[in-house]
Amino acid sequence: MAPNISPFVILVASIFTSNMILSNFLGMCSYLSVSTEYKTANGLGMAVTLVLVLTTAINWPVYHYLIVPSDLVYLQYIIFIMVIAASVQILEMGMDRYTPDLHAKLGIFLPLITVNCAILGVILFMVIRNYNFVQAVVFSFGSGLGWWLAINMLAAIREKLANTKLPPGVKGPAIAFIITGIMAMAFVGFSGIFVIQ
Amino acid sequence: MAAEKIGANFKRNMFTENQVLRAILGICSSLAVTNTMRNSLVMGLGVAFVTGLSSLTLSAMRNIIPHRVRMLVQTLVIAVYVIFVDLLLQAYLPDISKQLGPYVGLIITNCIIMGRAEAYAQSNPPLPAMFDGFFAGLGYAMILLMISFIRELLGFGSLFGFQVIHTAPENLWTIMIMPPAAFFIIGSMIWYISARAAKKAAAKAK
Repeated sequence: MAPNISPFVILVASIFTSNMILSNFLGMCSYLSVSTEYKTANGLGMAVTLVLVLTTAINWPVYHYLIVPSDLVYLQYIIFIMVIAASVQILEMGMDRYTPDLHAKLGIFLPLITVNCAILGVILFMVIRNYNFVQAVVFSFGSGLGWWLAINMLAAIREKLANTKLPPGVKGPAIAFIITGIMAMAFVGFSGIFVIQ
Repeated sequence: MAAEKIGANFKRNMFTENQVLRAILGICSSLAVTNTMRNSLVMGLGVAFVTGLSSLTLSAMRNIIPHRVRMLVQTLVIAVYVIFVDLLLQAYLPDISKQLGPYVGLIITNCIIMGRAEAYAQSNPPLPAMFDGFFAGLGYAMILLMISFIRELLGFGSLFGFQVIHTAPENLWTIMIMPPAAFFIIGSMIWYISARAAKKAAAKAK
């Protein structure tokens, strides 16, 4: 059933050729609003990667052993969203209890991530492309890394941009979109190396 | 909040406070589906439908939802309507449903819907809330159609699938149907709109 693509190809492709932000437009809201400072952007990127891998690893068995056998495919969105919300909540509580340092760093981002469309998007891609467990986890890890890379690049550029003179209207989101467009053009150059569909 | 006339609400959601261009909400899907006008139209109508009905439902239930779990309830109500849209598309427009792929399900995480539920439906009666949500969705659909008009015309040389520009394929701008163009077009639109708003505010201050 599962397409026969090696995990390595999926990893590289999900970071570069089908980058979550630059070619699938997922997780744009937090990408734009949390990218004014490099340090916070870095923290958010790390948190997104962590949550992506965790929720995908949980949702894969939920989909294949619970939703499909009991014929609940039409309810999949509700179930996915609830699993995401619950696992983020548990992750936050666990981090608070066992790794307070990490929690102080990433804690504020976790609730924000629940509604980040990249998370649900990766899970829906996993279902549509019919990945097996290893492929799904590798795909989510690569997507998280790609997201992290993109937000770090944008935040670094925007920090430098704070000292430059821009026309008044272009400041803020408009210039962020245009920079992202240029980054996306650079990433188009990667397509053709690996293709996953 | 004083009751707002329907006409004023329409104008506010479509133009002065357009959710996509002014509040920068709902960006993910507005970029992903805009390479053809047909997809944009279907997506826009789907979002308008979900926003309107979920605002109606949430506003009708606003007094019985405990404040602490309201996010969860909102998400669930939205998800129910998204499932309706998804099943309808699969039944009647299967090829568009396939092209939109995961983006139909991603209407759930479209911030416009949650934003309207929080900002308007929570403190207003059901019918105005429904119109507010529906108009916000229409404003979103309008932006989608504007972006996809540019992208489809220059990228495929067609509008709604009808060939308008008759030319060799190598003369068309392939970049327009690839992701970067979406970023450039929406960036320029936001640039124009916010420059105009700034000018207006400056004129008022004088």
